[in-house]
Amino acid sequence: MSREEIIEKVNDFLIDEIEIDSDLIKEDALLKDDLKIDSLDFVDIVVIVQRVFGFKMKPEDMGPVKTLSQFYDYIEAKTK
Amino acid sequence: MRRVVITGMGIYSCIGTTLEQVRESLYNGTSGIGIDPERKEFGYRSPLTGIVSRPALKGLLDRRLRSSLAEECEYAFMATKDAFADSGIDADYLDNNEVGIFYGNDSTAKAVIESNDTVRANKDTMMVGSGSIFQSMNSTVTMNLSTIFKLRGVNITVSAACASGSHSIGLGLMFIRHGLQDMVVCGGAQETNLYSMESFDGLSAFSVRTDDPTRASRPFDAGRDGLVPSGGAATVILEEYEHALKRGAKIYGEVAGYGFSSNGGNISQPSDVGCEIAMSRAMADAGVMADGIDYVNAHATSTPQGDAFEAMALDRLFAAHNTPISSTKSMTGHECWMAGASEIVYSMLMMQNSFVAPNINFERPDEYSKNLNIAVKTIGRKIDTFLSNSFGFGGTNSAIVVKKI
Repeated sequence: MSREEIIEKVNDFLIDEIEIDSDLIKEDALLKDDLKIDSLDFVDIVVIVQRVFGFKMKPEDMGPVKTLSQFYDYIEAKTK
Repeated sequence: MRRVVITGMGIYSCIGTTLEQVRESLYNGTSGIGIDPERKEFGYRSPLTGIVSRPALKGLLDRRLRSSLAEECEYAFMATKDAFADSGIDADYLDNNEVGIFYGNDSTAKAVIESNDTVRANKDTMMVGSGSIFQSMNSTVTMNLSTIFKLRGVNITVSAACASGSHSIGLGLMFIRHGLQDMVVCGGAQETNLYSMESFDGLSAFSVRTDDPTRASRPFDAGRDGLVPSGGAATVILEEYEHALKRGAKIYGEVAGYGFSSNGGNISQPSDVGCEIAMSRAMADAGVMADGIDYVNAHATSTPQGDAFEAMALDRLFAAHNTPISSTKSMTGHECWMAGASEIVYSMLMMQNSFVAPNINFERPDEYSKNLNIAVKTIGRKIDTFLSNSFGFGGTNSAIVVKKI
């Protein structure tokens, strides 16, 4: 899967399923502070990522992932 | 003693989702019963059910709030939103005043079954998502409504089988009467999904009169063959009388008496003595005698046994006074955890509009109901005081008396 495809799929589920305002979707957006993704949203994102990308995210993997761009990187690395 | 009044009502049921729709259905004797073909395929003995549509909540509640709502919570949200609006309570009021909640609910079947199915399939608990726990607990309705409406008073789910909604109103009455709260949201909610009624159906307690679904629920009729399950939610806003007057609230009526009892015996078989104790206690609490009751909204669900025991108790208390009696379950089916609250709303609409709704499908009395004045058709009648019964498995009984103010 190309990075462009990953970005498109991530953005789609953040907007459609997590219902984040599309205007807030920017590469440097902070997941917690800008996108307001909290611990309960994270549980739902784990379920969605499993469905969309076919792997199980681990909570401990997310420590260094602060921005949306880093989240794309993380998905890209896991799906390679 | 502090007096307690109803200042708002909301209803989401198979006979209407607004007070006006429901009033019209009650007046016209319109049934909300139909067939759910999926039930037969699934293994139910009876596919009969109240037909309740799911509300569309996107746009009304954000994702976080919606994801925690089980089906019964969606109904309860709609009923409570409307009840607050009816009572003139807005977000600003709730921010500045302490409001409590007692709400009847006694199952979360779909949420529990579906989350377990997901874990079994995935061997991973995280795959159930964040909302599952908040949907699965029996207190799901009160935990969600208190979060959505930012309630800061008493916050307790009442689980008392098919008397849950009625006891919630009784407990709200007590809390306000004793000065613990000035305003309490009371009600009952009932899920109607495929999983919600399977074990109840397994008792052969449901009517199998499927040739004409609207004639299946026939409380007190000699030809009754079982109840028809149903659901939705009903909410009433209970408020201390002076408090309601001060803020200029609309006052529907006074919750004047609450009576309760437990049969102390069989888990499924009702007791005429237990029913009578609850009714007598409610009337004594309200300071009225049986001849002061203008209408009785019976619990009668259309089961052969249950209706017979209630009829015996009603016969002893009301036959001599020729008190009009009807079971609105003839139209709605048995709304179970919701019924005790919805039937207060139904009776209040009758009181407000001076009529007694019919006990549809009552064609032939049996030996127990033969002396009762059961309303076979809509009766124009001024109602100043009514009594509403609710009884449940395990022998829990509740009766509420409401007076016009």
